[in-house]
Amino acid sequence: MKPPRKVQFVARESYRMRRLMDAARFLPIFGFVLVLLPLMRTSTDTEVPPTAVESTYLFIVWFCLVLVAFVMSLGLRRALDPPKQAQPPLPQRRNGGTDPETQRDDVL
Amino acid sequence: MAKRVLVIEDEPNISEALRFILSRNGWQVDVSADGQRAMKEMQSAPPDLLILDVMLPGLSGFDVLRSVRAGEGTRDLPVLMLTAKGQGADRAEAERLGATRFMTKPFANAEVIAAVEDMVGP
Amino acid sequence: MAGPTRRRSATMSFNLLVLTCLGYVILLFAVASAAERSAAEGRARWLRSPVIYTLSLSVYCTAWTFYGAVGYAARSGLEFMTIYLGPTLVFVGWWVILRKLVRIGRENRVTSIADMISARYGKSNLLGIIVTLLCVSAGTPYIALQLQSIAQSFTVFAADTASTSLAADRNFIAFWVAAGLALFTIAFGTRNLDVNEQHPGVVMAIAVEAVVKLLALLAVGVFAVWIVAGGPGDILARIDAQALPEWHIQPGRWTGLILLSAIAIICLPRMFQVTVVENTDDQHLATASWAFPLYLFLMSLFVLPIAVVGLEIMPEGSNPDMFVLTLPLHLGQDGLALLSFLGGFSAATSMVIVASLALATMVSNHIVVPLWLKARAAQKRDTGDMRLLVLSVRRLSIALVLGFGYIYYVITGGSAALAAIGLIAFVGVAQIMPPLLGALFWRGASRTGAALGVTVGTVIWFYTLFLPSFGPDVILSARVMEEGLLGLAWLRPYSLYGLTTLDPLLHSLFWSLLLNALAFCLGSFLSFPSPIERVQGALFVDIFDRPGPARSWTRPAAEAEDLLPVTQRILGQSEGQQFFRAQAELQGKQGYLPDITPEFLEALELKLSGSVGAATAHAMLAQTVGTAVVSVEDLMAVASETAQIMEYSAQLEAKSEELSRTARKLREANEMLQKLSVQKDAFLSQISHELRTPMTSIRAFSEILMDSEGMSAEEQHHFAQIIHDESIRLTRLLDDLLDLSVLEHGQVQLNIGPALLRDLIDKSINASNSVQADRNFRISRNRDPEKIEIVTDAGRLTQVFINILSNARKYCVSDDPQMRISVRQRDGMVEVDFTDNGTGIPRDKQALIFEKFSRLTDSMQAGGAGLGLAICREIMLNLGGDITYVPGQGGACFRVSFPVELKPCEAAQKPQHKDAEAAE
Repeated sequence: MKPPRKVQFVARESYRMRRLMDAARFLPIFGFVLVLLPLMRTSTDTEVPPTAVESTYLFIVWFCLVLVAFVMSLGLRRALDPPKQAQPPLPQRRNGGTDPETQRDDVL
Repeated sequence: MAKRVLVIEDEPNISEALRFILSRNGWQVDVSADGQRAMKEMQSAPPDLLILDVMLPGLSGFDVLRSVRAGEGTRDLPVLMLTAKGQGADRAEAERLGATRFMTKPFANAEVIAAVEDMVGP
Repeated sequence: MAGPTRRRSATMSFNLLVLTCLGYVILLFAVASAAERSAAEGRARWLRSPVIYTLSLSVYCTAWTFYGAVGYAARSGLEFMTIYLGPTLVFVGWWVILRKLVRIGRENRVTSIADMISARYGKSNLLGIIVTLLCVSAGTPYIALQLQSIAQSFTVFAADTASTSLAADRNFIAFWVAAGLALFTIAFGTRNLDVNEQHPGVVMAIAVEAVVKLLALLAVGVFAVWIVAGGPGDILARIDAQALPEWHIQPGRWTGLILLSAIAIICLPRMFQVTVVENTDDQHLATASWAFPLYLFLMSLFVLPIAVVGLEIMPEGSNPDMFVLTLPLHLGQDGLALLSFLGGFSAATSMVIVASLALATMVSNHIVVPLWLKARAAQKRDTGDMRLLVLSVRRLSIALVLGFGYIYYVITGGSAALAAIGLIAFVGVAQIMPPLLGALFWRGASRTGAALGVTVGTVIWFYTLFLPSFGPDVILSARVMEEGLLGLAWLRPYSLYGLTTLDPLLHSLFWSLLLNALAFCLGSFLSFPSPIERVQGALFVDIFDRPGPARSWTRPAAEAEDLLPVTQRILGQSEGQQFFRAQAELQGKQGYLPDITPEFLEALELKLSGSVGAATAHAMLAQTVGTAVVSVEDLMAVASETAQIMEYSAQLEAKSEELSRTARKLREANEMLQKLSVQKDAFLSQISHELRTPMTSIRAFSEILMDSEGMSAEEQHHFAQIIHDESIRLTRLLDDLLDLSVLEHGQVQLNIGPALLRDLIDKSINASNSVQADRNFRISRNRDPEKIEIVTDAGRLTQVFINILSNARKYCVSDDPQMRISVRQRDGMVEVDFTDNGTGIPRDKQALIFEKFSRLTDSMQAGGAGLGLAICREIMLNLGGDITYVPGQGGACFRVSFPVELKPCEAAQKPQHKDAEAAE
């Protein structure tokens, strides 16, 4: 129905969108690992923990998470739009379209 | 003794007209607006003639006619049916159910008298 | 610097403090009611902005975090950050869980977390009850903690003034705070039984409080870093100087608490309320994904500096939990202290308001209302108007929840045990996590599994953490604590199965979640879910790719007429009717009674569940509709249907919907045509009859008069009178027919002018009094709403009113006939309802009453020729309005609707009505 050039454009767009969604899924995992880092750094033989350094590190990680989330939210907003009519249950749209969820194979 | 005619008609003005012209010709006229009640009266004292309207509240004229023809003492009672609808279907239905005569409204008074006298004898 | 200025704080009197609080609360009331008002007027776009949404999420930061975080930091170093890092990760990763949760919540009109769980697992009320009880037992001590912190802050402030006697009575303060909060929550949380259970007033007030508490903490922080200390570098040096060996990050607690707080931000009832229930738009979540972590970031940025400065400056033995307040006070910064006090006050009050609202919704929807319905059903009694009931139950529940919190506070007496309750409550609500995750991602999760899991988890939480938290010998005896239940060592509450390396909190978290998840999985593996569960499971898990119409209703057995009263009881009369009408219109039908299709039932259930929760809504409909809900076979049929539908293109699908709509319209038109053709024959013979009847009298009596000899003058006069009357009757009949014909062809001349509706109704009632004047006909009306200035053809409108009123007088068969006239204005239209208390009009006749000569009874007693309502309808169409029969209102109910102001063009474009369409 649509001219081929347009399809390619949509596919490319949606490819990037899907990778952005992947990134959004990974972000909390990376964040979790990063805030666990101080655990590995602390050596128990020092009497007093290096709280100042650790807190600076944690707040920097924290702020970076906020920044990354902010930037990603700008892109992800576009994938949120009209929930119902935008996603007819069509196989071809599912593979190439902006559908955020992968197809599930479990059946009732 | 005067012959007795029963008029079953729910329009009061029409029944008054019928009462007037028939009693002027020597009939004893009873009037009823309700088919159900009239049926009961007929069972105890059958008249010599029945004039019956089709459009009645509750029991229709056809219903009354049907039970008149089924009743023991009224099986051979002469019945004159009157209708204001004037459709062929009504006439056919009246004949099927055994009406003796059928007239449409409005009627000429003389025609009614003639029909009545023809049915029962003067 | 410290010593001499400290005394100055004595000037800050207790009364001033109370006045400040009152002023602040009045401000909140004003903000909330302004928000409610603009929401009601539909100007609430800015109310529903992403910023307000993000700020409302800050109910997460309670007094426990506002005051307690600094104390936490003073005792354990950086560990306090875990409480904020978990939520940060959840929000930064919103795409995974929150987005789905919010979408499901909104599309299913979920009213609380208990409702969510209950709806997903087959609308099971048992699960709703379990989750509600869990939330209440975790939430009540938490509320007590907030009351404690407010009371404590009052005491700190007024510590050395003369008014200490009053200020020291913490129970007294706590009581009034609890009462005030109950009042606020009731006022703005239960104003109406909202469709989506959303409360713009509350959300707005919470947002304001969020700003206040953030500003307060930032102000104290800036004061500590730049005024007391010499800037960031200095503070970092002081931190290292003050650091204690206990400040070492403990790997187990660090990881465990991050996970725990991540779970809590999703499962806490108050968080679920603001995140899911009050959400109106996915876009808001996108903003909150970074803005809320930023808020948490700012809230915790100055915690450690304040703690360090406090430890340095404050005298030995000061309570670090109150540093935020005592530090400025100690340094003579009364204004700053007051701001900080308001911040803590905000944190505590916002938590209490939202938590009690969320808990009250659960208690009323899952415990009280179902019980009440069951009791009613057992007594075979009608349920009456539900709205007032649900609202009163909510109000009562709010008062109860706060009352419990207060009693809990008084009994525990502000002990140290209470301070730990924050994390203990977290572990409690964490028990909802496994079934919640199952609800979102696992279609195989079943009700049995969920109920088992939550129950097992809750029992372990109670035994290993909640009950011991009261201290030995309060509920659990010291012997049980030492030697285990029944002397079995492996049942010791703090070291089940000999697990001794974990601290009590992690120990409980580990065991309760492990066994919870295990029971949940096993239960799901081994049980067979009911069809509704499977439908709901598919609906929730596949919310983003909608596999097709999964239905929970098939083969409905009820009549729309039975469902309308049920709906009206919950939604209110006009809302209910509007919904039915809109649904009928969607199906391409007119009037108030849509076909009872599964789709319609689904929409209705969704609408109702926004008010009373999924389980109750389902139960109520099931009661009316009968048990004809979906079976496994139906599911299979739907599944294969779905597979077929997937093969068609979207256009085809749209077309087929269009087609079925057209088909339905055609079928309706066809039925109408058949009825009309029968009617057309009847019409002719009716006309004939109506004309011939007066004609017969006229002819008979004129013939009698022609032969008038021997007749008295009196008789002659009487007969002439009859002729006269009958010719008038003929004329009237012809007039009516002509009137109808003119109206039908839109050639009528309307006499449009201003009029007062009340006058028209007065006039109509007077005019109709002559009909069967001997009957005592009572009319009840409310004259105030009738005072509407309208512009229309007053004469024609009055004619319609008179006709309806006279009909009621003629046909209403009640022994004590009554008529209720009610007037309503909506969207520039006026609606006048005439409802009598007779038997109403039977269903099969309702479509025909507005047709010509359609007298309901054959009886002639009523007089007219059966043209009245047909004329009425033509008049109303000419006046740009309509007259409809509203079913299910007790007696016959006619609704006349017309524009407040009739513009000449509207009158000209009178809509073609149905049978005219069909006839062409």
